[in-house]
Amino acid sequence: MSEETTRYLVTLVVNGVVREAAVPARRLLSDFLRHDLGLTGTHVGCEHGVCGACTVLLDGEPVRSCLTFAVTVDGHEVTTVEGLAGDNELSPVQRAFTECHGLQCGFCTPGFLCAVTAFLRDNPAPTEEEALEAVSGNLCRCTGYQNIIKAVHRAAEIQAETQGRPEDRGGRA
Amino acid sequence: MTTKLFGEPVQRREDARLVTGQGHYLDDFGPGALAAAFVRSPHAHARITDIDVSAALDVEGLVAVYTWEDLPGALAEPLPLLIPHPALTHGRTAYPLARDIVRHVGEPVVMVVAEDRYLAEDACALIEVEYEFLKPVVGVEEAVQGAHLVHEDVPGNVGAHLVQEVPSREGRSAADAIDAAPHRLEFRLDIERSASMPLEGRGVYARWDAGDGSLRVYSSTQTSTSVRMAVAAKLGLPLPKVEVIAPDVGGGFGVKIVHPWPEEILVPWAARTLGREVKWTEDRREHFVSSAHERAQVQHVRVGFDDEGRVLGLDVTILHDHGAYTPYGIIVPIITSTQLLGPYKIGAYRVEFSSIYTNTVQVTPYRGAGRPQAVFCMERTLDRVAAYLGKDRTEVRAANFIGPDEFPYDQGLIFQDGRPLVYDSGNYPESLRMLKEMVGWDSFPEMKARAAAEGRRIGIGIGCYVEGTGVGPYEGGHVQVTSDGRVHVSTGLTSQGQGHETVFAQIAATELGVPIERVSVVTGDTRRFGYAVGTFASRAAVMSGNAIALACRKVREKALRIAADALEADPRDLEITDGIVHVAGTPSASIPLATVAVLSNPLRYAFDEEAKRATQFSGTSAMDRPPVDEGEEPGLEGRDYYSPIRSTFASGMHAAIVETDPETAEITILRYAVVHDCGKLINPMIVEGQIHGGVAQGVGGALYEKMVYDEHGQLLNASFMDFLMPYATEVPRIETAHLETPSPLNPLGIKGAGEAGVIPVSAVIASAIEDAEGIPIDRMPISPSDLYTLRLRLAG
Ligand code: FES
Ligand code: FES
Repeated sequence: MSEETTRYLVTLVVNGVVREAAVPARRLLSDFLRHDLGLTGTHVGCEHGVCGACTVLLDGEPVRSCLTFAVTVDGHEVTTVEGLAGDNELSPVQRAFTECHGLQCGFCTPGFLCAVTAFLRDNPAPTEEEALEAVSGNLCRCTGYQNIIKAVHRAAEIQAETQGRPEDRGGRA
Repeated sequence: MTTKLFGEPVQRREDARLVTGQGHYLDDFGPGALAAAFVRSPHAHARITDIDVSAALDVEGLVAVYTWEDLPGALAEPLPLLIPHPALTHGRTAYPLARDIVRHVGEPVVMVVAEDRYLAEDACALIEVEYEFLKPVVGVEEAVQGAHLVHEDVPGNVGAHLVQEVPSREGRSAADAIDAAPHRLEFRLDIERSASMPLEGRGVYARWDAGDGSLRVYSSTQTSTSVRMAVAAKLGLPLPKVEVIAPDVGGGFGVKIVHPWPEEILVPWAARTLGREVKWTEDRREHFVSSAHERAQVQHVRVGFDDEGRVLGLDVTILHDHGAYTPYGIIVPIITSTQLLGPYKIGAYRVEFSSIYTNTVQVTPYRGAGRPQAVFCMERTLDRVAAYLGKDRTEVRAANFIGPDEFPYDQGLIFQDGRPLVYDSGNYPESLRMLKEMVGWDSFPEMKARAAAEGRRIGIGIGCYVEGTGVGPYEGGHVQVTSDGRVHVSTGLTSQGQGHETVFAQIAATELGVPIERVSVVTGDTRRFGYAVGTFASRAAVMSGNAIALACRKVREKALRIAADALEADPRDLEITDGIVHVAGTPSASIPLATVAVLSNPLRYAFDEEAKRATQFSGTSAMDRPPVDEGEEPGLEGRDYYSPIRSTFASGMHAAIVETDPETAEITILRYAVVHDCGKLINPMIVEGQIHGGVAQGVGGALYEKMVYDEHGQLLNASFMDFLMPYATEVPRIETAHLETPSPLNPLGIKGAGEAGVIPVSAVIASAIEDAEGIPIDRMPISPSDLYTLRLRLAG
């Protein structure tokens, strides 16, 4: 067994479920989620930390899974795009992106959804400036961002409407 | 529930799966597949003297290593030249794996297949390729000197040379018209390289079924039907044994219309050779150095005009950099040279281009496909004419417009489809009026003065374009109503995020009178529809949209015929509402479309309750006619094709207000306004989304994006860190207004909208910066440091 192929057991909670897999030390979290756990909703656009397509929530905070080794998240909690929706209902952010036409090809979308979900949890009523700031770490080549920014505000609105139904707030596994 | 959905901002049906992570993009397939990776040339121009793979053979999990020498039959030949043209006298394409010589950094040399991508890349790193350096040719003006050659047998590095000339109505040549004109100007323009840069790169995944000798290929492509034909030909397989599917595709913008990519035939070949599933997913660096770029041109302009600013003669000479190979022919410079005329009637026109080889990544269409360069040229020209005459820039444009009553208008040129460039319809003066009103053009001088009083520099710019959309040759649509009342629509062309599933469902639901929930749409899957051309040139809605509408009309006619029989009514009295065929005004005399579907297919065997109605003892079939009457076919389905005589011509005008910082030369877009005319809108929400995305790419091209090659042919900014695509913070809010001038050429009256947004942006921003700064802007993109240097140069 070479250094490249020695495997380490990684156990973590993904979208509320305990998952584990034995992977080499160099396996990226993005590849781990996609290829070892079969959660292909997380996308890879650059693998060098710029586009944000691979953003997931690590213990509730957005991280670039392409810049994170899977072995470093052993024992932690991860939420991916697959874990944002409630049982039979889209999360406010997912609904808002749909209503506002905030996606076209959808490749960048999981990263935006995760980033915006964490953002609105901490800042449920953002100003125009704050909403822009919140999405300005992610690249989208299709939409021109205008409808994405609209979706951030719409999601805040939906979130406010559904307050009192905390299970609808989404985002935390 | 209304079934009239054409023209409504219907929410997208794609989204439910895409926002929940349930989409299926290329790399989401084949979890157990072997992974391919490539050793690519690190040199721009070199001869391969040795390939030593021995060190790689010890890598655990290595399955196979291939070089050009391993490729059998047609696979060892150069890739196809997709679009031949008589002017492309020296077309050259690459081998799937380099044979002897590499001609750009990134060219594939060795293919490695291993258990996973990490291991495949380990093996790649251990393969030693020895090169003997050849002189790299970089930069189109150096290339055209011909001192060093990209291809030994292409003198002067000239791949193609084409001249088109349209004399004035009086029969004057452009040269004569310019010489005789009251005023003349002559100048040069420079346009940098950019690229489509979809967030998802290319990718191919292939499964070989040894049992029945069939191959299934998934590719992140803009044309699955043509990939299928290429794969079958290259692998020597019968066409019916090959199926190609474009799954969810994470953006294309032109680059994915090129095919077959080396990987697109090598991966299926490896799958068949190894009897295993094989997948290759492009990484970002590979996308930068081994897919395709666009834009780069140098233009020399001579123009002659009268006191009103009417262009009497225009002569444009273009040096077009097409990179190392020409698989996509000379489509880009053809489009530049023909679409340059925009909404204007020009006295006499002469355009000449040379398409030149350099040791850089090949150039093929990127959204706009040669038009941003064309519009940059024409609009910069008209701005100079206006400045020279001291006239308002919009006045000069209006003086040159084709009038609303002059359609069809023949520009006298041959377009990219090999057909005459004849505009179908448009209303340019009205577009201009709307735009000026929206952006406050006439009151801008006061705004500018007020800003100046505060020590701020602002400027306004304008750009107009006409875009040939919906080019042929054809697309098809198939529509089937099954006995459960569901409607299955398929078309061969592919989707990359344009919302085709939604707009095609809107068309089908409207045509057939069924709830949209019952309609499902499949695109880009050769198992469902084998004949298609592809998604490019803003053609999907026009081509497949009309084909699907025509197929629906066939189905509707048949449904009414069968229902009329069953209801003992005249088909002309029947309507379909909410999926039910009924006599107009008598809702009780009705039959569901589902039942009509059952009756359309005479059965011997019943498979469910509904099907019993169509069996032979059910008493539903007339005894004096065969069960399937002459000229009929079983089933409630229809197939039709749409093949237009020529393209439709969409148009639009953009205006922007920019601010430039007097100290730092930072450029900020304060307002961006768009008037857009793509004929009848199927879904205004989706059209607007297309415009937003196009303008954002245009802003990238105008201010940020370029491919920086050094003199060795190394691409210095091959990452998202250094190739600056706009984030949300760089894109202005885009204000839009629509004008709907229907196309007389197709049943739905539509024109394409996909590329429009990007086309005039560089011209508009340059115009606005020029207005703010009072210095001529003659290149794109322009960065703050470019502007700063320009200021210094002109001050000194
Ligand atoms: S894939 Fe991780 S930031 Fe781009
Ligand atoms: S929707 Fe395609 S990249 Fe954002």
